[in-house]
Amino acid sequence: MEITLRIRRYNPEVDEKPYWAEYTLENVERTDRVLDLLHRVKWEIDGTLSFRRSCAHGVCGSDAMRINGMNLLACKALVKDFVKGAKGRIQVEPILGLPVIKDLIVDMDTFFEHYRTVMPYFINDEEPPERERLQSPEERAIFDESTKCILCAACTTSCPSFWANETYLGPAAIVQAHRFIFDSRDQAASERLAILSEENGVWRCRTIYNCTMACPREIPITQLIAEVKKEIGRR
Amino acid sequence: MKVHQFDAVIVGAGGAGLMAALYASREIKTAVISKLYPTRSHTGAAQGGIGAALGNHEEDHWEWHAFDTVKGSDYLADQDAVDLFCQEAIEAVIELEHMGLPFDRTPEGKISQRPFGGHTNNETGRPVRRACHAADRTGHMILQTLYQQCIKNNVNFFDEFHVVDLIMNDGRPAGVVAVEIGTGEVHVFHAKAILFATGGWGKVWQITSNAHTLTGDGNAILFRRGIPLEDMEFFQFHPTGIYRLGILITEGVRGEGGVLLNDKGERFMERYAPSIKDLASRDVVSRAIYLEIKEGRGINGKGYVHLDIRPETVNKYFAEEGSDRRIDREYVESKLPDILDFCRTYIGIDPVEEPMPVQPTAHYGMGGIPTNIHGEVVIDENNTVLPGLYAAGECACVSVHGANRLGTNSLTDLIVFGRRGGQAMVEYCKQADFVPLPENPAGEVEAELERLRNASGKTRVADLRAEMQEVMSDYVGVFRLEEGMAKAVEEIRELKERYATDLHVDDRGNVFNYDLLEAWELGALLDIAEVTAVSALARKESRGAHSRDDYPKRDDVNWLKHTLAYQKPDGGIELKYKPVVITKYQPKERVY
Repeated sequence: MEITLRIRRYNPEVDEKPYWAEYTLENVERTDRVLDLLHRVKWEIDGTLSFRRSCAHGVCGSDAMRINGMNLLACKALVKDFVKGAKGRIQVEPILGLPVIKDLIVDMDTFFEHYRTVMPYFINDEEPPERERLQSPEERAIFDESTKCILCAACTTSCPSFWANETYLGPAAIVQAHRFIFDSRDQAASERLAILSEENGVWRCRTIYNCTMACPREIPITQLIAEVKKEIGRR
Repeated sequence: MKVHQFDAVIVGAGGAGLMAALYASREIKTAVISKLYPTRSHTGAAQGGIGAALGNHEEDHWEWHAFDTVKGSDYLADQDAVDLFCQEAIEAVIELEHMGLPFDRTPEGKISQRPFGGHTNNETGRPVRRACHAADRTGHMILQTLYQQCIKNNVNFFDEFHVVDLIMNDGRPAGVVAVEIGTGEVHVFHAKAILFATGGWGKVWQITSNAHTLTGDGNAILFRRGIPLEDMEFFQFHPTGIYRLGILITEGVRGEGGVLLNDKGERFMERYAPSIKDLASRDVVSRAIYLEIKEGRGINGKGYVHLDIRPETVNKYFAEEGSDRRIDREYVESKLPDILDFCRTYIGIDPVEEPMPVQPTAHYGMGGIPTNIHGEVVIDENNTVLPGLYAAGECACVSVHGANRLGTNSLTDLIVFGRRGGQAMVEYCKQADFVPLPENPAGEVEAELERLRNASGKTRVADLRAEMQEVMSDYVGVFRLEEGMAKAVEEIRELKERYATDLHVDDRGNVFNYDLLEAWELGALLDIAEVTAVSALARKESRGAHSRDDYPKRDDVNWLKHTLAYQKPDGGIELKYKPVVITKYQPKERVY
């Protein structure tokens, strides 16, 4: 196949503003990842093209980007998902809502600040037993979905509420809070719920479902946010 | 250039680095420096489980775990270290649970365990359930849990700082040099104690389960500073990578009953390992797959076999073996969700409907930076400690894995020896002083980075890397021969020459210059490739992952010893050897 990649480029040391650049690649396989194509551009054509990546199979969360208008991991987006014929175009740009530093790399500080705000860690101040704390498979299942999060930011940067107001903690931080709020072993649910019921918490969610669509781990994020809202109401 | 001072500096933020950080930061001023955001570390890609003899389902003992580990290592592991490792494995897993790690649970609410390759009931020889797991994302859960606890404990992180040198003064470690990736600025971290936890170097080979960033940085940095690398000829090829992509398919698939089948539909592991079949240790299974392929029994004659987890197949073999266990589609979905997702995404195959095409994939370095059981780096045949320098995790070699690591023991290694390294640094820093920084501590590596930044030869970094990967895959892979390895040494040296004289880098900038850093990483890979090939060429026997057609047998008379590879001042490599610690398990033939 022949694929033309249209990439949003910006180098702060050279460019006054971002621009679109096009690169045509031949001998592309239908099952190539978009990440493979970005690598081909970087390795064969222009080494200055910059993007984050590591594991290349959807578990490390480094390479969330906006591909044909959708937030995806470049390593989980396959050419055949976008192009059916022998020739085609794929557009790649940085995720929205966070400042662009260079090419496809954004400043993740706000994202991780929001993450830290929700106390994303296990809290139980009792002396632990000698062996493991017991938890039934049913109790464990309640928060299974939220344990899948890889902090790639695809959800938060697909959220119009976050685009409108970056102080909104955003779906990823709420998923992280959910993981502990519903863990039968944890003791700090009420503190986390208090944080999430503040002005920049769950009530900024307008149930738009972009986050659920964007999640590369298929976490039903909107549903998890609703569970948190309900829990706030219940208490 | 900015200078920072900490009691302890930890390089790398995977399982070992974060565990060390948790322990060190409680008592001493600690920094964690990582070229990635910590949650991007490759610990997160580990799938099947963490090994510990909890005995939650059936009888098990740490002594059985220890024997299995020694046997799996083909008797190259140090047995004093293995004993301690398997004892502490139990409390390490319990500690993770106390930190909140969401393990899968048994009906009674205990940590759920599954069978894994090479882990047995020592009395019956049958597989034992020892792999503590959280679905098929155990490593992800470990990485997240440790990072969460580091956040809770206000650990100092320097994210996206790439460490490129160890600062030595008069033979003593004084700190590290790092490039702040976002700005290109060079930072010096002055420290009393430095722990390397930089992970593996699978990118030396073409087909690998490893991340792009696993380039053996720590090993190369220390090697260049005169510290030896131990047992580098032993690199594990995991039997089941997705065909052509190398993405890992956990041994947990076979732990849950999955079987390997050749083109004739034969469960060929019955021939190679009659008692535990598909759950033989990884070196044995990888070799079996290669032999099947070599003898024309790959699927359609191609370079792969099938891994079958379809319930009808699994249940058929359960019945044949007289087991009353049965699985269904829902069970597979709940125990192996990520594996199903990888196959559906990347190869369009649904493993509950069709078998998966798999081939061995470069996976794990058993060798590495030599340490003792405290994570202290040791630099010679007498295990002399270099005070202030530590290593833990895959980059280190204690050695508990010897010539072949058992599945689940890598995660255990991170926790047991990460913790020990952290604790040892605390003790050391309480009584040690800072080694003064030498004059111009970053000068040497800055000069090398400037050379790379301005490199304007004809060879692109990616092309040179691909050539190295091809050479190493062809000649220093699953099967090895004298002639091929000699050729590999020669060719890697030629590639190093081109690296020094003809490299080309496009990006001359400072901000996120990954072009430059990839070039630097290639330098590390080339050094490691050379050490691996030279160490392998010298070892005239077959043991564990080092398998030679020309010396097909293990030779305990001449080769029951660890390799130590040193960089000579003229750039060549000198090999020395140190004895293996044998306590209660006398080497014997390895049969599964």
